[in-house]
Amino acid sequence: MDKPIRVLVAKPGLDGHDRGAKVIARAFRDAGMEVIYTGLRQTPEQIVETAIQEDVEVVAMSILSGAHNHLFPIVVNMLRERGADDVLVVGGGVIPDDDIPVLKEAGVAEIFTPGTPTTKAIEFIKQNVKRK
Amino acid sequence: MNLQERLAAGDVRALARLLTYAENDYPEAEEVIKNLYGRTGRAYVIGITGPPGAGKSTLTDKLAKALRARDNTVGIIAVDPTSPFTGGAILGDRIRMQELFTDPGVFIRSMGTRGHLGGLSKATQAAVRLMDIFGKDYIFIETVGVGQSEVDIVKTADSVVMVMVPGLGDDIQAIKAGIMEIGDIFAINKADLDGADRTKIEIEMMLDLNENKAWRPPVCKVVAVENSGMDILLGHIQEHRTFLSESGELVKRRARNIRNELMDLVRDRVMEFITRETGKKLTVDDLVQRIVAKDMDIYSAAQYIMEAINK
Repeated sequence: MDKPIRVLVAKPGLDGHDRGAKVIARAFRDAGMEVIYTGLRQTPEQIVETAIQEDVEVVAMSILSGAHNHLFPIVVNMLRERGADDVLVVGGGVIPDDDIPVLKEAGVAEIFTPGTPTTKAIEFIKQNVKRK
Repeated sequence: MNLQERLAAGDVRALARLLTYAENDYPEAEEVIKNLYGRTGRAYVIGITGPPGAGKSTLTDKLAKALRARDNTVGIIAVDPTSPFTGGAILGDRIRMQELFTDPGVFIRSMGTRGHLGGLSKATQAAVRLMDIFGKDYIFIETVGVGQSEVDIVKTADSVVMVMVPGLGDDIQAIKAGIMEIGDIFAINKADLDGADRTKIEIEMMLDLNENKAWRPPVCKVVAVENSGMDILLGHIQEHRTFLSESGELVKRRARNIRNELMDLVRDRVMEFITRETGKKLTVDDLVQRIVAKDMDIYSAAQYIMEAINK
């Protein structure tokens, strides 16, 4: 069997809604990935430290509070500072279309908004992940 | 610097990457462990096991914090089950350990069992060695939630803490063979629930029936979420450690564990060899097909494989 892709599913920010994150974690699991799930209200420091210790290939963040423009780029930059620039960062949640180009510019590889089939996110990861 | 030098110098990313290599069976991890083998054996390894939902992660979190308060560095290997159907896994032990994420003296690694039975993953021992080389004082191994016979932890840890909760079964459950036999220390978690005293008495009774009295496992009540009883539990772990060192049992126990690991390693390599070498004429799959079709019996097939090894 292929070595499983390791993904960190993280909830930055202060909103308390992780249904979406859990659905996506479960879908990733069913797609044969190893999903590290860390629970709600993670600081960027916690997310980056976890990504490094767990040596994940993907960080998937979900945010519903509107703080994505602030928090997603911080995580991307902190990963780069720690030399983990090979990690694929994707985001999901309630994110206005206008914000998506800005986030991609900041280094988020893709944004998945509500209604996206989980298979689309899985396909994107499989095609873009850098295997170790 | 290469990975080995970075690991020896305490680079967290090097440790993380080598753990991935160990899990993926890449030769780099084995090379590094070989070269730095002299640096292993310094860490004290504590196994945390018990049924699903007993509070193993929370307890590990609190024990790690107590050790950090005493200026010890800590490594944690948290194992969760891999789906036998998809190969995927949800590794969720970190949810209970959030405050430890940004403590530079703590390194946490979540692992899927990846098809390995017994409550641990195949790479657990290599992971312990890598964290040991890295310089951790204490290494916790948190097993998957165990049922009645996942006892691999006893082959890997110096002290095994069995986490129990009130109300899981009657006293017959406590005298069955299996996981109840491997605890060096029993912690009854969620001891604020009804039935904690009864559970304690049942476990004490079971332990009093054991023949080997050199170490009688202590039983303590804790409430991990409230951080209550941790000093007592940690005290029991230290007493067990002292007992092992002073009685010479630590050396014996580690030798026994290494023997087991060596045999497992050889068994794996022989299996790889068989799969590779047997394949030159009849592959293992071919043999299986023949047995299924009744063209061959299973004992002759085993004989065929043994002959392939002997050549």
